[in-house]
Amino acid sequence: MIAIQKNNTINLARLQSLIALVTLCAIIAILSDKFLTMDNGWNVLRQIAVNVCISVGMTLIVLTAGIDLSVGSVLALCGAITAGLLKNGIKMPSADLFIGFTILGALLAGIIAGALLGWFNGFVITKFKVPPFVATLAMLTIARGLTMLWTQGHPISNLGPAFSVIGTGWFLGIPVPVWIAGMVVLIASFITRQTRLGRYIYAIGGNENAAILSGISINKVKLIVYSIAGALAAVGGIMVTSRLDSAQPNAGTGYELDAIAAVVIGGTSLSGGKGSIGGTVMGAVIIGVLNNGLVLLNVSPFWQQVVKGAVILIAVIIDKGGKKK
Amino acid sequence: MLIARNITKKFAGVVALNNVNLELHPGKVNAIIGENGAGKSTLMKVLSGVHVDYEGDIIFNNEVLQLTGTKDAEAKGIVIIHQELNLVPGLSITENIFLGREKCNAIGILDKKEMTRQTQKLLAKVKLDADPAALVGSLKVGQQQLVEIAKALYTNASVIIMDEPTSAISDKEVDNLFVIIDELRSEGKTIVYISHKLKELFTIADRFVVMRDGCTVESGVMAEMTQDALIRKMTGRAVNGPAGNTKQTFTEPVLRVQNINLKSTSRHGANVLTDISFTLHKGEIVGLYGLMGAGRTELMETLFGLHPKRATGNIFVHEQQVHIQTPIQAIKHGIALVPEDRKAHGLILDQKIKTNISITVLNQLEKWGIVLHNKKETRLSKDYIQRLGIKTYSENNIAGNLSGGNQQKIVLAKWLATNPRILLLDEPTRGIDINARFEIYNLMKKLAEAGMAILLVSSELPEILTASDRVLVMAEGRLTADMPVTEATESNVLKYAIQHNITA
Ligand SMILES: Nc1ncnc2c1ncn2[C@@H]1O[C@H](COP(=O)(O)OP(=O)(O)OP(=O)(O)O)[C@@H](O)[C@H]1O
Ligand SMILES: [Mg+2]
Repeated sequence: MIAIQKNNTINLARLQSLIALVTLCAIIAILSDKFLTMDNGWNVLRQIAVNVCISVGMTLIVLTAGIDLSVGSVLALCGAITAGLLKNGIKMPSADLFIGFTILGALLAGIIAGALLGWFNGFVITKFKVPPFVATLAMLTIARGLTMLWTQGHPISNLGPAFSVIGTGWFLGIPVPVWIAGMVVLIASFITRQTRLGRYIYAIGGNENAAILSGISINKVKLIVYSIAGALAAVGGIMVTSRLDSAQPNAGTGYELDAIAAVVIGGTSLSGGKGSIGGTVMGAVIIGVLNNGLVLLNVSPFWQQVVKGAVILIAVIIDKGGKKK
Repeated sequence: MLIARNITKKFAGVVALNNVNLELHPGKVNAIIGENGAGKSTLMKVLSGVHVDYEGDIIFNNEVLQLTGTKDAEAKGIVIIHQELNLVPGLSITENIFLGREKCNAIGILDKKEMTRQTQKLLAKVKLDADPAALVGSLKVGQQQLVEIAKALYTNASVIIMDEPTSAISDKEVDNLFVIIDELRSEGKTIVYISHKLKELFTIADRFVVMRDGCTVESGVMAEMTQDALIRKMTGRAVNGPAGNTKQTFTEPVLRVQNINLKSTSRHGANVLTDISFTLHKGEIVGLYGLMGAGRTELMETLFGLHPKRATGNIFVHEQQVHIQTPIQAIKHGIALVPEDRKAHGLILDQKIKTNISITVLNQLEKWGIVLHNKKETRLSKDYIQRLGIKTYSENNIAGNLSGGNQQKIVLAKWLATNPRILLLDEPTRGIDINARFEIYNLMKKLAEAGMAILLVSSELPEILTASDRVLVMAEGRLTADMPVTEATESNVLKYAIQHNITA
């Protein structure tokens, strides 16, 4: 009986954000006739796809009661690494060495680089007990600096038509980035709900001391989670690079905020242990639609930021109210 | 007089209190008695302004009280010492006691000197030998309980509700608490005292109220009651005592520890544990007694791999030397630890009963090596809910919603699920009602008969003497006695427990 009631409240919370989303769409649709077009729809989804990838990684981290501020910079660095390797390969004239990269090789290198950067975050956090906020704040600067060094401050462009499929291509009538984000969501959702790793993630956020005593290697779990988040930021970086056919040195600036906003709007608690991937996806969609709407309605960029902040506040306040009852 | 009239309190449709009536007399110690989940804590939370949405009336000194919160209750002279400790670990003792009622000097700056002075006075009163500036998080549970009591004393309230104040402190501290209670009683204060230790109640209480399933079933004068009659009223039936001690000898060593030493965290401090050696045999229940601060919990923690850097000594499991540096390794060697503080170390309060129980054995609940087997998990938790008599309507209930005693049973369940060979129990019956307590003693017996070796730490001598085959006594980090239970009596065990205090 009661268990059923409980499920209903969860669905109610979902329903609430769904209603919020539909209302948001309705308002924008009334104010702008461009909103409800196919073109715009796919465009929005493609933009959301990047934030979804990052936010999913962020969700896993926040569930362990951590945070990752470095995702935007990691995204830029990994996008640049992929682009650079694809275009120029590795040249070492002194040793008369040249390694060329296929698309697949460059993609893998980018993603592995992301995972390593994330792993480094996790290493600093678990080994030296540096608070995640500080450790990843340092990485935010380091990765951005490395991006500047790697690109010499200039975009790396003209990466070829094959590479641009990732960001702009279609498969079975759906944009490729949406496929990628969908896969990421499905896998992460599976991990959090159906696997031991998922349980451990929630346990660490719920009560770290109890988790340690229960025989969970919390350091290992954290390393895995931060690595996954880094790899997902890299995936986002590759999608952005491919869409623009260019790796921009300042790509992804401020993306960490959109990701955190999506996580929070999705109902995941910043103190860890509570939340879901599904909620985050909903949060990311709300932010994506809002961004798109504000642009369509020609709202000045200054006001856009104000409105976005207000919506985040309202969403979280409504969510809190729903939970109290 | 504080009167509750027709109080009903529901949680999400579940009735926790059903039309409760009760009178609390000033100048008396009023005991509230009942099984785990009977509604004692809930009723006290209503009376002290924690729960403000209830039906019925609270009448205090002939006036209907409409409490708006705990602050309001405090202002009207009602304070509660909660069953679950409510202190901020990152703040000092002083800061905790003065939390929300900080003292300021004339220009509005915190008057730390004055607060420290008063804290020292309070600590002396509850006989807690600790620095007022010490962080509460660094104190053991029993010491934290004393801080809670000190905090309640500070408010100078006329009604003081103590919800299981002695669950984690040992006899010596209990005696001291009774002195304090006596004083308060003679000042005409209303004391409400909840405890599952019936012996205590007969010593301290003047009146009693028995609760069962959210109702008050009887009240009266303590002196006119017998223990058996009380138990019958609590449970609605007679209770079988625990099975007697089996007088067998144990020969097969399962856990042998040799010269365990544990350094203090402060650099120049003395050892917390000094040269501890003992053996635990297959099928044996060994009771470990000691006063608060004797080092019992530290010994358990050391055996479980929680102090790898500070500890030295040899540990043998089944006569094989083992190196236990982490809980994971301890678990691998078949050791389980039911920790003392269930809220901080035992449970994930926000999660389901089911997930709390299964967390230690998830690797056994996987199919195809990765996917969790939900049905198996549900079956496992249902099984333990039934075996330990956990009072809940569903395994999907949130652990934090259960009554204190039932939470303790979840912690027990999650460790029994690992099928340990060596079970370390640190105050396993803390907050557990008498009936369930006997069930747990019987369960321990059964587990021991099946070959488990059990080390039972308890602050309650009767528990040690009832449940164990052999008794170890610790004082100030040293083992001072090791005797078969047949030779142990309350007085000689106590003598060993305070031995060092006398010689030092
Ligand atoms: N916040 C809550 N949400 C839902 N149910 C609750 C909540 N608090 C208490 N309950 C339920 O109310 C009932 C009474 O609990 P209560 O804590 O008052 O018992 P108790 O008599 O203090 O038991 P114990 O001796 O174990 O401390 C229990 O069934 C418990 O599960
Ligand atoms: Mg209680």
